[in-house]
Amino acid sequence: MEATGIGATEPAGGPPRRLQAPGRRYGEKAIQGLLAACGILSVVTTTAIVISLIGPTIGFFEVVPVGDFLFGTEWTPQFEPPSFGVLGIVAGTLNVTLWGMLFASPIGLGSAIYLSEYARPRVRKTIKPVLEILAGIPTVAIGFFAASFILPEIIQPLWPGEFLGGAVGKPFMALAGGLGIGLMIVPIIASISEDAMSAVPNGLREGAYAMGATKMKVATRVVFPAALSGIVASIVLATSRAVGETMIVLLAAGSTPNFTLNPVEAVQTMTAYIGVTATGDIGTGTLDYKSVFAVGTVLFVLTLAMNLVSISLVRKYREVYE
Amino acid sequence: MAEPGSAAPRTRLATAGAKATTQAMLRDQPRRDVIRNTAFAGLLLLAVSIALAGLIALLVQAFIKGAPALSTDLITNPPSSIYPEKAGFRTAILGSLELIAGVILFVVPVGVGAAIYLEEYADKTRWWNRMIEVNIQNLAAVPSIIYGILGLAFIVRGPLDLGFILIAGSLTLALLVLPMVIIAAREAIRAVPDSIRQGSLALGATKWQTVRSQVLPASIPGIATGVILAVSRALGETAPLLLVGATVFVTFDPTPFSDYSALPVQIFNYAVQPQDEFQALAAAGIILMLVVLLAMNSFAIWLRNRYEQRW
Repeated sequence: MEATGIGATEPAGGPPRRLQAPGRRYGEKAIQGLLAACGILSVVTTTAIVISLIGPTIGFFEVVPVGDFLFGTEWTPQFEPPSFGVLGIVAGTLNVTLWGMLFASPIGLGSAIYLSEYARPRVRKTIKPVLEILAGIPTVAIGFFAASFILPEIIQPLWPGEFLGGAVGKPFMALAGGLGIGLMIVPIIASISEDAMSAVPNGLREGAYAMGATKMKVATRVVFPAALSGIVASIVLATSRAVGETMIVLLAAGSTPNFTLNPVEAVQTMTAYIGVTATGDIGTGTLDYKSVFAVGTVLFVLTLAMNLVSISLVRKYREVYE
Repeated sequence: MAEPGSAAPRTRLATAGAKATTQAMLRDQPRRDVIRNTAFAGLLLLAVSIALAGLIALLVQAFIKGAPALSTDLITNPPSSIYPEKAGFRTAILGSLELIAGVILFVVPVGVGAAIYLEEYADKTRWWNRMIEVNIQNLAAVPSIIYGILGLAFIVRGPLDLGFILIAGSLTLALLVLPMVIIAAREAIRAVPDSIRQGSLALGATKWQTVRSQVLPASIPGIATGVILAVSRALGETAPLLLVGATVFVTFDPTPFSDYSALPVQIFNYAVQPQDEFQALAAAGIILMLVVLLAMNSFAIWLRNRYEQRW
């Protein structure tokens, strides 16, 4: 048969048969267009988020100078005259996030190393779904737990007296919110880090054992560095989730703007401010309404930066080992 | 060996040397190493135990606190901010069910459609398709309260201008979990081997016929698992609903176009009241919600294990 291309071969006697589609197949094109529209909807969502944040934020900055907003430490919107120094609530977010990460990082990473390097397959098969359950618990339940158990039953009895101002008798404090958030993000750190560690090829481990390394050395000096980009990604993503969490801080950390990193103080985070202020019948166009969007913009930009770092790090370890 | 006599001493020497070295390497580890290893393993075990203890304590505490309020009144009575002994979750539960129904109606076609586009049609070398991918990954990690702001500015007011009604809440939650559904559906579709597609195309099926009759049926279990997990996330989500209107003590059964409340929001409303009776109600509501979520998640895991295909 000659290689003359599609449609050139003639069966004996018949008309030329073409392997191309008989029609233009508009139906197929339409379906592809519809599916693409579904994909594009996600871009529309992001655009809508940005647009809905920017409009009122610009309106807000027409009243409140950008410098006062970004570098002021007094957040007192209800005072007369009001003061909108966002650092007053950024500090609250940092405070809660700091204690949450200090709690969750060692626990999450320890769990990941245990599951990936030490646990027998059967133990691993039971513990992983249990951690998934923890990841699926609604944050309002964790917030309730933090406010009605972690704070009165754990922190207050165990706190060393008047250390840092004392913990007894405080209905809200940053540490309670932080520990609640820590509990929420342990499964995130554990599962992403465990994925990264499991992706490290066995040859690296066997090589280290052959050189006489102990199990601990293999875990800490071989697997851990080899999985580092995934581990960092999990920490960054967990930080982003901690910064964006609302219900736990609303229930356990209070709603008093406080420019401090002291764990026993009640604080207000950016998310808690949005959650408290934007409920009910807040008038459109008021300065309070616009301030919600300005704070939302800060929150969105912060988490966006962390998410993009985390996404690129995960991609990196996938490329190396998979 | 041709001359064993001459080689033997040297061989014996070499063997002895190798043996001594190996024994030196393999003899009992130094005491310091043993202690360190055990301590390290102990610390790891401690980390896992603390995570598990946190989960168990959370469940047990909810049960102990909520036990006095557990009764059928919880499901049949509407909420009240004055009489805790008569208060329940009736309207909040109905609100949550209607919210979830709306989420499913929106998220299944759109989420699966987007996943099919990205896996089957999109040319991955094009920058706009890569942008859609990164965009979806980022949306999955945007704080939920930001979706509340989006719902407030775009759905309740602004372009859609629906007002504080149940559908607005439903759409907000749907946008929130859409990235989760897309990511899960993509993984399920990617797991279908290419040979199935090529076989179908070789038999003369068009691209869409291949997707509809071969790829989709094979990936339904994975997609269903993803949808259930996304729905259970939507069911427990509170923060965005605070911004799009689900805050009031609703005493009538909600319709899609009325004011509404939701189970987690009602739990929050009870949890911020200082009286013990309301605290018990909040805990009982948490038990209710956790039971439903656990049932849904277990069903999802069962589904995944039961219908997971190995190609």
